[in-house]
Formats: sequence, structure tokens, C-alpha cells
Amino acid sequence: MSASSNSGSFRIKGAGRHTPARTARFTFDGKSYTALEGDTVASALLAHGVHLIGRSFKYHRPRGILTAGPEEPNALLDVSRDAARRQPNVRATVQEVFDGAKIASQNRWPSLKYDIGAFNDALSPFFAAGFYYKTFMWPREAWHKIYEPIIRRAAGLGVAPTEDDPDHYASRYLHCDVLIAGAGVAGLTAALSAAVTGKKIVLVDEQPEVGGALHYDASTVIDGQNGYDWAQATAAKLRAMPNVTVLTRTTVFGYYNHGFLGLVERVTDHVAKPSKDAPRERLWQVRTKKVILATGSIERHMVFANNDRPGIMLASAARSFLNHHGVAIGHNVGVYTAHDSAYEAAFDLKRAGVSIAAIVDTRDKPGEAVLAEARTLGIDVLTGHAVVDTSGRHRINSMTVARSGNFDRRKIKVDALIVSAGWTPSVHLFSQSRGKLKFDEANQRFVPDVYAQNAVSVGACNGTDDLAELIDEAIMAGGGRLALSGENRFDWTGGMVGAGEGAGPDHAVKAFVDFQHDVTAKDIRLAVREGMHSIEHIKRFTTNGMASDQGKLSNMHGLAIASEMLGRPIPQVGLTTFRAPYTPVTYGTLVAHSRGDLFDPARKTPMHALEEAEGAAFEDVGNWKRAWYFPRRGEDMATAVNRECKTVRDVAGVFDASTLGKIEVVGPDAAQFLNLLYTNAWDTLKPGKCRYGIMTREDGFIYDDGVVGRLAEDRFHVTTTTGGAPRVLNHMEDYLQTEFPHLKVWLTSTTEQWAVIAVQGPKAREIIEPFVEGQDLSNEAFPHMSVAECTVMGVPARLFRVSFTGEVGYEINVPADFGASVWKAVWERAEGMGACLYGTETMHILRAEKGYIIVGQDTDGTVTPDDAGYGWAVSKKKTDFVGIRGLKRPDLVREGRKQLVGLLTKDPKEVLEEGGQIVVDPNQPKPMTMLGHVTSSYWSEHLGRSIAIALVAGGRSRMGETLHVPMADKTIAVEVTDMVFVDKEGGRING
Amino acid sequence: MLLIHCPYCEEDRSELEFRWAGEAHIARPENIAAISDEEFAEFFFLRNNEKGLTYERWRHIHGCGRFFNAARDTVSDRFLLTYKAGLPKQPVPVAEKFAAIAEEKSVETWEQTEGDAR
Repeated sequence: MSASSNSGSFRIKGAGRHTPARTARFTFDGKSYTALEGDTVASALLAHGVHLIGRSFKYHRPRGILTAGPEEPNALLDVSRDAARRQPNVRATVQEVFDGAKIASQNRWPSLKYDIGAFNDALSPFFAAGFYYKTFMWPREAWHKIYEPIIRRAAGLGVAPTEDDPDHYASRYLHCDVLIAGAGVAGLTAALSAAVTGKKIVLVDEQPEVGGALHYDASTVIDGQNGYDWAQATAAKLRAMPNVTVLTRTTVFGYYNHGFLGLVERVTDHVAKPSKDAPRERLWQVRTKKVILATGSIERHMVFANNDRPGIMLASAARSFLNHHGVAIGHNVGVYTAHDSAYEAAFDLKRAGVSIAAIVDTRDKPGEAVLAEARTLGIDVLTGHAVVDTSGRHRINSMTVARSGNFDRRKIKVDALIVSAGWTPSVHLFSQSRGKLKFDEANQRFVPDVYAQNAVSVGACNGTDDLAELIDEAIMAGGGRLALSGENRFDWTGGMVGAGEGAGPDHAVKAFVDFQHDVTAKDIRLAVREGMHSIEHIKRFTTNGMASDQGKLSNMHGLAIASEMLGRPIPQVGLTTFRAPYTPVTYGTLVAHSRGDLFDPARKTPMHALEEAEGAAFEDVGNWKRAWYFPRRGEDMATAVNRECKTVRDVAGVFDASTLGKIEVVGPDAAQFLNLLYTNAWDTLKPGKCRYGIMTREDGFIYDDGVVGRLAEDRFHVTTTTGGAPRVLNHMEDYLQTEFPHLKVWLTSTTEQWAVIAVQGPKAREIIEPFVEGQDLSNEAFPHMSVAECTVMGVPARLFRVSFTGEVGYEINVPADFGASVWKAVWERAEGMGACLYGTETMHILRAEKGYIIVGQDTDGTVTPDDAGYGWAVSKKKTDFVGIRGLKRPDLVREGRKQLVGLLTKDPKEVLEEGGQIVVDPNQPKPMTMLGHVTSSYWSEHLGRSIAIALVAGGRSRMGETLHVPMADKTIAVEVTDMVFVDKEGGRING
Repeated sequence: MLLIHCPYCEEDRSELEFRWAGEAHIARPENIAAISDEEFAEFFFLRNNEKGLTYERWRHIHGCGRFFNAARDTVSDRFLLTYKAGLPKQPVPVAEKFAAIAEEKSVETWEQTEGDAR
């Protein structure tokens, strides 16, 4: 047996463009087949006479291959190399066969031929459009638990892989002058024309080879050559030019704003043994000055009863399988058409030795040239006829034909049926670019009208049918000069949209409009009857065009049927929006390298590794990894945190405060600038001193807070909250650049320039003293809220005496590169003195014990400085600062606003839930009047009881009052107190 | 993805480098502490949110860091011009032309405006 006969009994000797000796083996549902290199899965299976490929989405009807291209709605398969490299819902008409491919059908059980789900087909009267919405409404809870999982299992496509994707994906940027989408006659001609201008050209086509329609159209001659050969020669010529890039197996999936396009290149999906270095797919992000759209057109199927049986396919698809792949789709093929193009498919098949049962044409007067040719070839043509039904369980075996308006029917035996209702211009990319379409009444199609971007459509996608005209149009679009002749055998006429004879919306037959979502003409009628009058509503009610093929075949038919039902012309019914992507794009391609550690960058402090070595548990604060607590052997979080809290208050603790946002504010007007940006007054702050600052927005609400140190007359070291640094800097820059540009100030983010080691506790001074040179640390020389530039371990440092714990505290700022070594030395000494390392959890508790707020936790963007108990921080003397007017708004000065107060539970062991709501009377009827909520709540080991901070309406006037926090299982009684729980007099901080 | 001309860098750069910063030409009142509640509401809360020609602020945050003004057609997302902060509202001479195109649906291809193809 020769290799060619191995590759399938439906191969036609001498037909097609593949080399018979070059074969590839693959399996389909476990059975082994031989293909030829260059075959798609579809052509390879058809070569072996396999037409039954899958089961439909809703009714589980047997389905075959409808098209030969990316518009395929039916033949979706599961393609795998190994367990991890498995992809569902792959179009058999796009996937090229590679040696060793394992291919399986989907949505069937137990097997493709005997599928239990096919029972749905018998129950189909119940599954009409809107069925799910109307039926599974009650009981409400059952939807998620019972109905949805069952429906999802029964109706569906492929199953997503569960293993991690082992492949990698690449991403590239590309800038060019002209991007040409589509490399058929129009695209290639435009590229030739544009290339000679010397501009940077990128020509893109989704198929493995250029040529577009020339894949199936074997009769067109260009420049004196067979069209397909001309296309390959032209591509070779273009590839050799330095200013041209030709990308095949590459889909332009999105056309976005300002000449930005997304392309996906399939690099290895067709290769038997891909190199490990090669990405599976490559995302191209292109910015181009101009786009030439040469995306061609897509043939439509005919809408008639049982038009979905395996063996029924588009005429152009049958021609592709024959002329490109050398495969006959049957031995005895019927034709049902409303357009001349199907005749050419019949002629090609006939000449290849396939018998044509009959051409059934809805038209009374098809093109004269094709009629004459049909007569010459001895093909029976039935004009003014329709195919009104088909039969055959797993493959069509007959078509039923009737004369228009006549009840006499006759059955004609066929083993395949090719159909054509005409061609739909591919205006997807044009529409994505926000171009406006117009309706071409004569040809019943939408074509580009108003361009929103610098683009031009050429060829079939522009509704240009005549070849000579198309070539002229493409040359002009390219901008160069070129002489090129083109000749095709027949000028095509005809075409129809909507349902065919006997399949109108009033007939109780299954005439499929949308194959992938099992939407019939009847469903669209139902949608209109149920009151859907907008095409957008009809689409959503019936799900027409909402499957992964995005209605490439179905949209026009659906629209025409709706238009007929509504009695309104098509343009008035409207067209649904075309959205990217044109065809499905894998997540892998879009994600590219942004996964795992690269998904979101982690910010680590200079001391991160040392903290890790000390066993720190980390928490995420924005992108920062912050040490959360330092458990010792056998300690759980609570034990560790209690120990840390106690040690800091009794001895001292060392804390990594490097993540604190830091902004250097410098310039002769620095103090004046800060006066305007913070509520506090800054000109009274002397160099060497610090002040706690509150920043409000114009609305008067707290935006950020932090300690600001004045290093010199013209230099401030501003600190912000860890998460707030970028927005605070943006806020400052905004005012500096646009409202106060007359101020001489320079702002620099210094967050990552400084490593910050906080040492807090009674022994803090003793711990750091030996390391510090150039600054007397005594209380008199360096009291609380001081800042100095000095050296620490010989490293230039900024030393702050500040406290977020209520204890004596220092924050040592050293250049980030020295952070680790200084930390190491400080910690070594501190550890020897009985101090501990502590993390953010302990920091939170210690600050809450002192009533220090955390912006964003205790405040939420509706809290004024006064609400927070920080009214003293708002200068009364200043005539202007951001927020000065907002703070005077009536609602911000009224009585009874929510204020921050302390809460002590009556049961000291009870720790409130943060977010718990607060009421006066827990026995009042629901919905209760809520006074506010708990913002911070902790166990205080130091006090041996729980503490909490809360926002409470009229809080400060409720001191001593008993309020209640109702929980799901109980109500917790609390007493309103002052926010300072530890060392109210503040003696410790100055110690 | 938008392509935005930074008037400071004098280059067209990708939207990724920029951050939108709200409506332009809303000056903070110099005597802000003294204005009425209504005036404050007008200044701080009320925005035009116009369809079509809009003046807005952008910041070249991942570039030069400067705030600047832009005139953009919110329907087509076309930038009609960008200019430096502090300059008064700049007229958009072509704005009428753009509006006319949308209304008349006349085709304006690049070929017609640039004449390159011919």
C-alpha cells in the first residue's frame, strides 16, 4: 500500500498541494490515522471518510465539519501532546496535524456515536431560547447547587485542563508604517504596492501559507500564473525585502485605539517536536501608522431543516479540501445554493471524479455562465428549488428537494451536501476600530463606511467583488505603482440572508442559524414573540452569535430573520457589536511571562533575608513583603505576638520600618509648600525637630499622615503611610505643578533610598548609643520628636527620635545598601540585652494601645482630623491649606459626627471583631440604628485585656456609656472610653 | 491603547506611561477659604463629563512626571491636541471638522487627508 492511500481513501490522486510521501500519524478518539504534512485535522479526518466529529452544545446532535477555516462553529476538538499540554475547543479546520497528536471529540458520553446526552434532542421543545431563564428560577438556592452544575455538564464544549501549563509564551512590540491584515490577493497586492515605497510593512495572515481564497479558488489566474502559485512567489519576494515582515499562522485578533493592534502568532502548535526554547505562541503588540484591511469574506450556510448533519458543509470548504488538501468530501455530493460560487465547487468536484447528485438553486435565474458550464459537465440543476429536509443519523444520506411554493417533495441520495448562501464581508477588525458600517441593500451585506482610524479596506471585506477592481483598489491602498493583471473564470452573483424555503421562523423544524449554540430560526421567532425587539436583546435571549465563533456564520442570518419577524429593514434592526478577539486567544498568550513570581513584583526591604533567617512570617502590604511576627520554636502567632508586645514594653524591640513612604521636600519654599499640603503649620518647626502631620484633600477628609522631620531651613524628610507613598507624591506633584507652580520646591521619592531600623522600648537608647557618632542622645540634647544627621556605625544616617509604640523610640535611617549590616549589629546587641524582633502585628497592637491611628484602617476617607481626635493638628492660624474650605462644610462641622473613641468590652477576655457594628439598644427591631463600627481590635497582653478603637456617632460625648456590638451568636456589651489605653500621661515616651 | 503626545517630552508615547488626572482648567480659587458652599461645590464636586470634545489633564507619570492638558474627543478617543499645564484653554480648530464627519458620515480616509496613496 502506498503512502498516499494510507493517508485516506478519499484522497484524490493528483489533487491538492501536499506531498504524498510526507506523512504524520495521529489518533482520533483512540483510533490511529495517517495524514499528510500540511493537513488540518479536518482534512485528515475527511480523507478517511470521517465526518462525525462532535456533538452539539445543547441538543447533542451529531455534528461534522462545516467550514475549512477559522470561522468553524462545529468541529471543536480536544488536542493534546501529553497530559499537561492539552487544549480543548480547538477548531479542526485550523489545527494542523502533527506527528503524535492525540485528538478527541468533546461533549459526548459514553462515546461519540452513542451519546446519552442526545436525549436532549428529543426533549428539544423544552430547551427553546430562554428556557433556562424561565424554568430554573425556583427555589433560588437550587440554582448554584443543583441546576447550574447539571446544565453545565449536559450542555457544553470541552473540558479545561487541570494541570499547570508547562509551555512558555512570548510577547513582542512592533512598530511599523503599514500593517496589512490578510494575505489573499488583495493583501498581497497591497503589500507589493506598499513595499516599493520603502515604508516598514508588516503583512499578517492566519493561515500557514499566504493565499487566502486562492487556497480553494483554483481557477483564478494572476499575472499569468495560477493564483496560489503567484501568492507563494509574491510572499517569497516580499520576505526578501528588508522593509517587509511577513507573519503567517498569525491572527490579528484586535484592532484598538490609535493604530494599536494585537496579533497572536502560533509558533509550535503544528510542530511534532517543538524546540524547548521556542515559545508556544507569541503575542505581538503592534503600533502602526496605517492599517490595510484585506480580511476577505466568509461564506454563509443555508438555513433549512436539519441543515446540521455531518457531511453538510460550505461550498468553499469542500473546494479547499479538494484543491488544497486533495480530499473529496464524498462520492456523491448534493449542492444547495443561492449563489454562483457553489457551482464552481461542484465543477471542481465533478472534474475530480466526484458525482454531483444535483445543484439545487433557490433562484430562478442563476448566472448564465455557470449554468452553461453545468450543462457542459452534465450536472443536473434545479432552479427555483429548495432543500427542505435531510436524513441520515451520523452522516447525511439524502436531501429532500421541493420546488418553491410546491408541496411535492422528492428525496435525492447524497453522501455529502455543499451549501452557499453567499458571502459576508469580514468587517470585524474594521468595526473593532470603531468604523461605521453601511448596509449594501443590493447585496444584502454590511460594508465599511466611515473610518474612525487611519485604515482602508480592500477586496472582499470592502464588498469589492470584481477582481480587476480589487487589484486596483489594493494597489492604490498600498500607495505604490504596480501593474498586475487578474482573471477569474466566473463573475459570481446571487446570495441570500435568512431562512430558506420551508425553514422560516414559523416552521416547526430545526433549521440551524448558529451551530455552536444550537440556535434555530424558530428560536429567533420566539425571541421576537417574547418581546425582544432589539438585536442586542435577541442575541442575548437566544445566545445567537455568542459562542466562541462569535457568529461569523450566523449573525447575518439571525439578523435577517429578526428583521423579517419585526417587519423592519435590516439596517434598522441593527448589527451587534464586533468585539475583540476575532478568534479565541489563549490566556497563556495574553499573560506571557506575567505568571508565578513575575505576576506581580514583590518589594522586599534590605533586611528581608535577615528577617527570613530569624524565622519571620511575612504579610503582604501592597507589593511589600513585611515581617508580620517572629515565632520562636513552638509558638503560634498569638503567643509570639504577646511575647513581642511584652518584650517591647519591658525591654525593647527592633522593627523594620523601611517600607514607610519617604519624600524629600527641598527648596527655599519647602516650608510654605508643606503649609499648603498639610493641615499643620510648618514654618514654626525648627531644623532638628519633627512633627506629626495630617494631610487632607480639598474635601477636608484625612488623606495621609506621617512624621515630618526638618533637617534644614530648606529641607524636609517627609514620611507617609506604607501604602500611601505613590499617591501622596502624585498629590504633592499635582499641587506643585499646577496650583502652586510659583513655589521653588523639588520633590523626590526616597522610600527605597533609606533602610529604616526602629528600636523601641525602655532600653532603646542603651541599645543604639554605642553605634551613634555625632549626636548626643541624652533627653536634653535629643528629646522626643527630634531628628539629626549623624553617623551610625560610620555610615551617614538620619536618626529620628520618634515613637509609634509609646516607648522611647528611635528610627535609624541608613542608605539602603548598609541596611542589612547595621540591622545585624543593632540586633546582635539588642538580643544580648533581652530585646526582641517584632513585626507589623505587634506594631499594630502597640500603637492601638496608645490610640495612634492607622490611616485607611481607622479612617476611611470620610473622617476629618477632628473626627479622629486630631483637631489639634489643624492650624487655626493659616489662611490657606488644602482642605481648609472643605473642613468648613456644614456636614463636617455638625454635631453628632462619627468620632474615633476607645471601646472596652465588659468582659475583658472578649476581643471584638473589626468591622463589628455598634448600637445603643441591642433589642430594638431590625434594621437597627447603627452608630458606627469597630475599626481596630486587639488583645493587649500588656493590659491583660482586649482593647478596641471605633468610629461612633457623637463618640466623644458618650464617654462611659455602655453600647452594644451585636454578633451572629451573641451581643457584646462595651464601654466607650478614651482612645489611649496605656500610659495616658505619656511619661514613658520621654523616659 | 491610546497614543499620547507629551508636550514636555515632545513625543508620542503609549498610554501605559500616563495617568488620567480629571477635567482640565478647573483652577483652585485663590481665596478658597472665603468662598461659599455653592462655589466650593462647583469647584470641587461638579464636573461637566461632556460627550465629545473634552479638556482633561494627564500626567506622564512613568515618563517626565509632568501634568499637562489635552483636548480629546470622548466619542472617537482622538486626541485633538495636548499642551503644557498653565497655558489657557487652547482652541481646537479641527474640532468642528471632526464633529461634521461624525454627522455626515462622509468617509475620511487617510488617503484623502494625506494624499499619500495617490
